Amino acid sequence: MTDLVVEARGMGKTFGSGVEATEALRGIDLDIASGDFVSLIGPSGCGKSTLLRLIGDLVSPTVGSLTVNGKEPGRARLDRDYGIVFQSATLLDWRTVEKNVELPLEIMDFSPEERPARAREMLDLVQLGGFAEHYPWQLSGGMQQRVAIARALAFRPSLLLMDEPFGALDEMTRELMQQEVLRLWEETDTSVVFVTHSIPEAVFLSTRVVVMSPRPGRISREIAVDLPRRRDDDTRESARYFELITEVREALRKGEREGA
Amino acid sequence: MGAAVNRRAARTGVSILGVILAFALLWEGYKFVWTALGWETPVSPEDRVMPHTWDILLTLFQPAQRSGPPLILVEARAALMTLREAFVGFLVGGGIGFGLGVLFVRSRTSERAFMPYVVASQTIPILAIAPMVVVWGGRLDIPQWLTISIIAAYLTFFPVAINTLRGLRSPPPTALELMRSYASSPSEVLWKLQVPAAMPYIFTALKVSAAASVIGAIVGELPAGFRGGLGRDLLQFSQQFTAAPEKLFAAVLIAGLAGMLFVGLVTLAEHRWVAASMRQTGEITRAGA
Repeated sequence: MTDLVVEARGMGKTFGSGVEATEALRGIDLDIASGDFVSLIGPSGCGKSTLLRLIGDLVSPTVGSLTVNGKEPGRARLDRDYGIVFQSATLLDWRTVEKNVELPLEIMDFSPEERPARAREMLDLVQLGGFAEHYPWQLSGGMQQRVAIARALAFRPSLLLMDEPFGALDEMTRELMQQEVLRLWEETDTSVVFVTHSIPEAVFLSTRVVVMSPRPGRISREIAVDLPRRRDDDTRESARYFELITEVREALRKGEREGA
Repeated sequence: MGAAVNRRAARTGVSILGVILAFALLWEGYKFVWTALGWETPVSPEDRVMPHTWDILLTLFQPAQRSGPPLILVEARAALMTLREAFVGFLVGGGIGFGLGVLFVRSRTSERAFMPYVVASQTIPILAIAPMVVVWGGRLDIPQWLTISIIAAYLTFFPVAINTLRGLRSPPPTALELMRSYASSPSEVLWKLQVPAAMPYIFTALKVSAAASVIGAIVGELPAGFRGGLGRDLLQFSQQFTAAPEKLFAAVLIAGLAGMLFVGLVTLAEHRWVAASMRQTGEITRAGA
């Protein structure tokens, strides 16, 4: 069972209590195997971000069980098993790009010699090698997000959690970043959980798309993406790609109707 | 780097001079127009109420007492004494304010418990507090100037505490979640995220506090009957106002300059601090190249 990075059984999450209680998630069963790229997709309020936060131990489940790398999520967090990327890059303004990437390394007690070397390596990986001494405000939104990804991967976590990371980017930058993330995923063999509300993005990136529906948030369908593992602009024009997009769209519509 | 600081200091000096000149022009303009039109309100333009600016300046260079040193020297020395009290009060008050900000951001309970008292402390007039502190300080054999510093600290800690707290709370929730995902300790969150984020807020408060600490020191000198500071001279000259109004205005000018000097120094420190972090990364660039 050790090759399961995430294993959730009957997991639910309710915020608040009494009359103000809101059930965000109900009856979540989810397995994510090592090397998977899983997208969580659904309308707003379907709990996809909450599910990501549960995996990252930023919130705790109310019922059911959840393990990350076979451990309690809290244990996995303390073991620094995952890196996280939010929709906003959340870089520290007073630190240079390189020092931002070094932040987790400082906290995780990497040696002062290893930190800059590791940070430079990560910046090269996201193709920002020439920007190490820049400050975040000197970079475009897409570049800032690449720094955030470099920072999340700097300590080589086995799991990368991404919460609508490209939601604030324009379409062109977005497609470039998708390609970038796929390349990083192959080069670092990290498992990825990716929250998005873009159907083409979910299909293009994932090995599996988890379709969620709201009120209360639950998984309505899982769709395996059987596209070739190596994906490029040709993938975006292939017939199978469009079929899968249609399949996900219909699953979303169906989930919405059942929820309403 | 040193040149930049010098340039900034020079620019600040020029702008202070400009403000004083503009104020002098307004003063003389008011006197001229009001005298010409025979107006008496709101303030009479007579020389015994509003002495000429050049008379005020001249007074500064005349002996304060018969055959003594010129007034400007006496007042400069008094200003230095007052600034010392203010500076010590500023450091103590700033330290307490920062400490309270950190305590409140760490514990909501302590914020709820103590914040009302912190706010209430500022609604009590400093004029009521000062005599008590002076009497208690005298009982405890604390040097008088240090007692006055305590009064300056009383005015200083509040803006620093409030702004430190605001600054420490300024990072977005995602930044805190990010730190949580690194399994960082509370002190790492404080020193690597919250305090650097709070620096601009803290410096804004320090500038307000620098001015307030000078006021606090002057007010503190009054009930203490402290000799050698600005407070006593201001009091004495205001009693002699009908005989020699220009003396009071001269002393007020010096007191104002003292406050501005202090605020100016804090501003320089702020720019140095920012420059320092830039310089540090500059050095790394050279080492890496």
